[in-house]
Amino acid sequence: MDDVTPLSALLGGLMIGASAALLLLLNGRIAGISGILGGLLASPSRETGWRVAFLAGLILAPLAYAGLGGRLPPVSLGASAPLLVLAGLLVGFGARLGAGCTSGHGVCGIGRGSPRSLVATGTFMAVAILTVFLIRHLAGA
Amino acid sequence: MARIVSAFAIGLLFGCGLLVSGMANPAKVLAFLDIAGRWDPSLAFVMAGAVAVSAAGYVLARRRGRPVFAERLEIPTRRDLDARLLAGAALFGIGWGLAGLCPGPALTLLTVAPVQAAIFVAAMVVGMVLFRFVPDGGKRRQMSFEASAGHPSDA
Repeated sequence: MDDVTPLSALLGGLMIGASAALLLLLNGRIAGISGILGGLLASPSRETGWRVAFLAGLILAPLAYAGLGGRLPPVSLGASAPLLVLAGLLVGFGARLGAGCTSGHGVCGIGRGSPRSLVATGTFMAVAILTVFLIRHLAGA
Repeated sequence: MARIVSAFAIGLLFGCGLLVSGMANPAKVLAFLDIAGRWDPSLAFVMAGAVAVSAAGYVLARRRGRPVFAERLEIPTRRDLDARLLAGAALFGIGWGLAGLCPGPALTLLTVAPVQAAIFVAAMVVGMVLFRFVPDGGKRRQMSFEASAGHPSDA
């Protein structure tokens, strides 16, 4: 179990918030990852270029971070392949059906006081907490 | 071109934020969600920091009206709650709780834990494609957006 890390969490959160603010101020778009990725699955449009560029930056971030001398934080992904597939399907489908994910609803939507985003974030947080509880404390996994 | 370059740089910053914050570490995310276990409240600080700056950016963007590199702000204006929003968020929550991964961190982890992240991302893309078969699944998003040329409305 990792230690509690409020300072790095806050710093990282400020960076994430700054990204959302900059994308809105510079490009006029919402930094919702599922919306940006989902938008690429439709036919190409004027939005395609910046979406690809944003996702490329997101994917290459660990290389830039390490290149600038940052020590990559430990990553521990315990889920098995079948569990990753199930989780991925639910996350992808659910984010599109619910019109947003942790970034689009949780950071951008709550940031502008959207009632839909507040409800969506409250819902997925509660359900995720329940899911972890069922797996860890009732199923004994 | 400016839109492309800025989007790339902002994506880099977003990804670095995920790494620094711990959001890109599924074990950390699950420890945050495990309130009945050894709860790690760290990620609440991620949320607080991110929402505060994002809110400030929203106020500034509204006040400014026109974005620097684009002709207008595209901000969702829907305020109604519907079953899709709730069902989608619930399904998302199950998936998030199962693996501790949501879309941003999964993409960032493609260069850190390539095999596992690729499995998750591939399944996530399939899930997104499946959504397009939901009636109106491909169109609803556009309808929920509307041009907003700087009106200080409450959207």
